[in-house]
Amino acid sequence: MHTMWSGGLKLKGYKTISNQQKSITAPIPNTLIIPLQQHIGQLTHPVVQVGDKVKKGQCIAQSKHFISAAVHASSSGTVTAIENHPVAHPSQLATPCIIIKTDGKEEWITHHGTSNYQQLSRAELRDRIGKAGIVGLGGAVFPTQVKLTPPSDTRITTLILNGAECEPYITCDDRLMREQASEILQGMAIIAYILKVPHVIIGIEDNKPQAYQTLQHALSQTALFPQLNVEIIQVPTIYPAGGEKQLIYTLTGKKIPSYELPAQQGIVCHNVATCFSVYEAIVKGIPLISRLVTVTGQKQGFNVRTLIGTPIQDLLDYVAYHPTIKHTLIMGGPMMGTALSNTRIPIVKASNCILLQDTPPFEQTMPCIRCAQCSHVCPVNLLPQQLYWYARSKEFDKIQDIHLFDCIECGCCSYVCPSHIPLVHYYRYAKTEIWNKEKQKQKADLARTRHEFHLFRLEREKKEKAERHKKKKTTLNKTKTDAIQAALQRTKAKKQPTNNSDKNTMQNDPNPTDSHSQVSTPDKDKSLL
Amino acid sequence: MIRSSPYILQKTTLQQIMLKVIYALIPGILVYIYFFGWAIISNLLLAIGVALITESIALLLRKRPLKPYLSDGSAILTSILLTLAIPSIAPWWMIVIGVSFSILIAKHVYGGLGYNPFNPAMVGYIILLVSFPLEMTHWVTPINMIEHTDKLLLNITQTLQYQFFNLLPTHTNIDAITMATPLDELKTALNSSAKTVSEIKDEGMVYGYIGGIAWEWLNIAYLIGGLWLIQQRIISWHIPIGFLSALFLMALFFGTDIDQSASPLFHLFSGATMLGAFFIATDPITAATTPKGRIIFGAGIGILVYIIRTWGGYPDGVAFAVLLMNMLVPLLDYYTQPKVFGHDSSPKE
Ligand code: SF4
Ligand code: SF4
Repeated sequence: MHTMWSGGLKLKGYKTISNQQKSITAPIPNTLIIPLQQHIGQLTHPVVQVGDKVKKGQCIAQSKHFISAAVHASSSGTVTAIENHPVAHPSQLATPCIIIKTDGKEEWITHHGTSNYQQLSRAELRDRIGKAGIVGLGGAVFPTQVKLTPPSDTRITTLILNGAECEPYITCDDRLMREQASEILQGMAIIAYILKVPHVIIGIEDNKPQAYQTLQHALSQTALFPQLNVEIIQVPTIYPAGGEKQLIYTLTGKKIPSYELPAQQGIVCHNVATCFSVYEAIVKGIPLISRLVTVTGQKQGFNVRTLIGTPIQDLLDYVAYHPTIKHTLIMGGPMMGTALSNTRIPIVKASNCILLQDTPPFEQTMPCIRCAQCSHVCPVNLLPQQLYWYARSKEFDKIQDIHLFDCIECGCCSYVCPSHIPLVHYYRYAKTEIWNKEKQKQKADLARTRHEFHLFRLEREKKEKAERHKKKKTTLNKTKTDAIQAALQRTKAKKQPTNNSDKNTMQNDPNPTDSHSQVSTPDKDKSLL
Repeated sequence: MIRSSPYILQKTTLQQIMLKVIYALIPGILVYIYFFGWAIISNLLLAIGVALITESIALLLRKRPLKPYLSDGSAILTSILLTLAIPSIAPWWMIVIGVSFSILIAKHVYGGLGYNPFNPAMVGYIILLVSFPLEMTHWVTPINMIEHTDKLLLNITQTLQYQFFNLLPTHTNIDAITMATPLDELKTALNSSAKTVSEIKDEGMVYGYIGGIAWEWLNIAYLIGGLWLIQQRIISWHIPIGFLSALFLMALFFGTDIDQSASPLFHLFSGATMLGAFFIATDPITAATTPKGRIIFGAGIGILVYIIRTWGGYPDGVAFAVLLMNMLVPLLDYYTQPKVFGHDSSPKE
């Protein structure tokens, strides 16, 4: 049974290019480029230095912050540099990376796992998952241990495994489900155990019958969790069926309110590949140092188990893909991926697909004719043409009123627009502008409070000075009067310092708005989770 | 230009959409030719020519690239719709005035494609209607009526001579070749209370099988083209259904005195009903955009059409109704925004 959200697209899948053959393993590259930030959350700090020898699986960067994910050496070798290097990012920014020259020996660090995970405390399991650097592999790259720590007042009742893989071309989850079904189920059991959920639903798009059958079969073979009720459900192949809130709605009929997390409705969603990594981390003790990457777009596509940090060029060479000027190289799928200008960019935890596409002919952008094709297909029921209008005219208040931040950037609207307006591009622009403004506003607020405080202090000092002066004067005058008066005056003067010290404590009072804690906007937080 | 996701696009272009709308008009044009003669073809060619020239002038003045905007087909479609809405023997200068007004004023003065709030074809139509009211009633006698009347049939040369040189065959005046449209005829008859509907029916000059004589076929042809457009997902059903059902219900509700009022079916299959419902009101640029808004937009037009036809000063009211509803579009769009996913269940924000 499933309920369907409105909108979405029936897209040509191009899945058979890459899902017909078993996955292969890429060779160890000469150089690994491992970014310190491959997740959403706090940046990690290197715990190795240039010149250090590292072993495979050794933690090379971590963070004390809870919302972060450790980074490991994917193979043994020597750290040759810790420097900025371009990574996959829309702006092709360079971020700090640890560069390792591999020695080809694949020397492992000592590691151990246990299949008796139920012996371990839930906190211990979470800690191990965190130390293994596991993040959501469906593309969100949110640290998994955080998602496994729901607020104490929420009870998680349903765990959803996302095996929808709705973007065209990508088949790494499909292949993983076919090849590692039982491992995925064990990873799922570990997560279910940690969250104490009684009910798991695995959602798979109905264009992956083999994956569905393999998982069904594996489920019937595995007697690991009798108390766990596991359902495998095929969902209609309508892009974006794998969007978190879309999938939850399809499988449970629950609409997660905007600005709420699924956990607040008792639901937690994990990608199937994440479950596999959890299995590896707990049962085998292997941190997240490799992932399955679909390399596709030409005649023959592949699923390649690739070490994190492998330069894309090495991967392309391995499958004999040769990008030319006529191609577009994309990390991720054709609907939501990022175009790359550089093949020295490394594979990271988020890289589910490398797509080498023949660049389509340039389409002239025309004015919006208000045909509403875009709003018809928007899975979130937004009015993309209106968002576009406000983004263009920079009416950022109005654009938020019509819920810009509910846009999941799925690209359905741009896909259908007969005027070929790069709508999503405009939304990203508007979001960035708003975030920047927000940051600037915070800075400005800070500056303003500082300034106001400064004025306040000047004013107060002036007053105090005047007061002191007056007191002095009066004291002098009063001494000339009778002794009783003078004595009274003295007691008064003695009291004065107490008043002053009161004011002094006020000065030390930390101004609430003066705090330096970086408050990110609620919207940003939402998109992070 | 920075390419950003998505990297695959649907193949449909504006040009293809406009072309499909033009294809969908073909059955209507064929029926038009059958009943009113070949002059419509030369009118269409003239109108398209004028549209392309005025569009080019406007683009050059506004410093826009010619090729993409000329080839999008929107100007051509506007000129075709306007031409189909006016009498087939309209003099050439009426076509020139109407089309250039549509393109230059109604479209480009407001910012060109995508920005015009009023349906350009209908603005052109109204300009002609108020400037040349007489010429706008000069519909030639439909071919199937000729033998029942003392009207004359012009051949193509005679028609062109009239259109371009204002020459009619000797001893012929314009009344000898034209007659009032069924809507017009019925309205005059009923308003003067000269005859009852059943008497009019018996005379066989107004009523055809279901709607206005001859015009019913035209309406059926437009209906077929329109249904094809819906099937092709070029237009959505909301506006036509809103329009037609509102018109039908109005005629049903206010037409209880069947001897004094036109039947619902007569309203649906007369005048510019189907052309308006499927081709004119559905112009995306000037229509409402939300599903609910579109139903209300269509229904508003249907109601206004009935009001104008029944109590107003004109026999048909599609053009006025469309323009009036165009004015309400911002309001409709604003108040009919669909509930955003995740904002419908709990209003917590
Ligand atoms: S699909 Fe494109 S042209 Fe149509 S309303 Fe949306 S933005 Fe405008
Ligand atoms: S990108 Fe945003 S606006 Fe466009 S269809 Fe997806 S959710 Fe809707």
